[in-house]
Amino acid sequence: MDVIIENLPLYWNGFLRTLFLSAVSGIFALILGTLLAAARVSPVAALRGFSTVYVEVLRNTPLTIAFFFAAVVLPRIGVKFEQFEIAAIIALSTYTAAFIAEAVRSGVNSVPVGQAEAARSIGMKFGQVLSLIILPQALRTVIPPLINILIALVKNSSVAGAFFVLELFGYGRQMANANGDAVITVLLGTAFFYLLLTVPLGILANTVERKVAIAR
Amino acid sequence: MSSVLYDVPGPKARRISLIASIVGALLILGLLAWIVMTLAQQGIFEARRWQIFTRADVWRLLGNGLGSTLAAAAIAAVIAFPLGLLLCLLRISDAAVIRVPMRVILEFLRGMPVVLMMLFILLGFGTSAFIAVVAGLVLYNAAVFAEIIRAGIQSLPRGQREAGLAIGLTSYKSRMLIELPQAIRRMMPSLVAQMVVLLKDTSLGYIVAYGELLRAVQVMADFLGTQYLFPIFFVAAAIYIAINISVSRLAVWIERRGSKKAAGGTAKAEPDVLEAAAP
Repeated sequence: MDVIIENLPLYWNGFLRTLFLSAVSGIFALILGTLLAAARVSPVAALRGFSTVYVEVLRNTPLTIAFFFAAVVLPRIGVKFEQFEIAAIIALSTYTAAFIAEAVRSGVNSVPVGQAEAARSIGMKFGQVLSLIILPQALRTVIPPLINILIALVKNSSVAGAFFVLELFGYGRQMANANGDAVITVLLGTAFFYLLLTVPLGILANTVERKVAIAR
Repeated sequence: MSSVLYDVPGPKARRISLIASIVGALLILGLLAWIVMTLAQQGIFEARRWQIFTRADVWRLLGNGLGSTLAAAAIAAVIAFPLGLLLCLLRISDAAVIRVPMRVILEFLRGMPVVLMMLFILLGFGTSAFIAVVAGLVLYNAAVFAEIIRAGIQSLPRGQREAGLAIGLTSYKSRMLIELPQAIRRMMPSLVAQMVVLLKDTSLGYIVAYGELLRAVQVMADFLGTQYLFPIFFVAAAIYIAINISVSRLAVWIERRGSKKAAGGTAKAEPDVLEAAAP
């Protein structure tokens, strides 16, 4: 127990860094993912094709490969980062956006056909149909899966710890190496801080799911 | 392709859409060309950098890495699925003494990053990297499998279990003979999608120094010189993505086949949403 109390400032720093990485990547991923979903259902064939290929490739890329590309390969071929956080945010948000795009698309498909037909019959264009009628309803139904994706994002941010970013996992590994006699305690402490983020989000997802289910 | 989201395009809209498509395609091609030019300036495409692929030992090392990746994934999947089934049965047990602690354990396992679990096993129990990777994958994925199967059982009509109990089956027999077969079939797309996640997660072995595909890339780049990093990485990433896409295609195929068969009775349990929920 003493190890955890002694290292509390390190845990706290790591926790804040994990929170920061997850929040920034989450926001970028939500925006990019929604745009990709919109492109996927748009009338323009090139956009549909691009979105399909992007989602298919990124969803099937292991996150470690994405990180390795952003943090090791990119700098060697000339794209230099001031801080590795930027590489981590690029890897996390481009990866997560693919999953968000899929979730939002399934939400768009779940909106009753009559909604889009009604919108078109009063003369709305595609952009209006999507942004005013379909997406507000679609996003509502996909909030629970979106929260689950964000939970996965928090957990995935731990991979950044292996690519030169000192967040919760990075500090955890450092402390585990420094305190060889109390490895299990140190890592359980790290796990506790992750659960501090993921468990409340999971409860939130369940609550929202129940509320939406009642509303429908 | 017509969609409910927009009117069937007329001649003018089709022309605009065609122009937009061409411009979009040109933009993407331009971006690709720019990337290729930048890479070419770094000398990435010089023949000598790619000549290493004529060497048999490079392919042998890549093959070894791929073998390690697939071995870890296969062993983890084979252990995780039955374990997940068991955890699921305990999680929905009638006895609260079993059900409640099980729920806490599953929340714990699902809420932790897999890589932290691998490191925990590696350092905490001093195992080999292989065992750490497999055990980490097994623990996490068994918990996810348990939740998927539970969702499947709960999506069944209540009458299934009631009928089972009414004809005198025990609770356990009703689960095994009536509910599980339906639940697993219903959840097949999600289960296969989770298998893809498991396969992808083997790449986390890189972090705990397990000699999988990405680690092989790193080792070769360190050994042969960093100028070979890009070619080797490119080939390894292509192998990884190709395997994952094939397994994902298999999942889609199983889903289509399942929903065709299920047209007679069972409903589909939102595989889209569930699949997307487990990156």
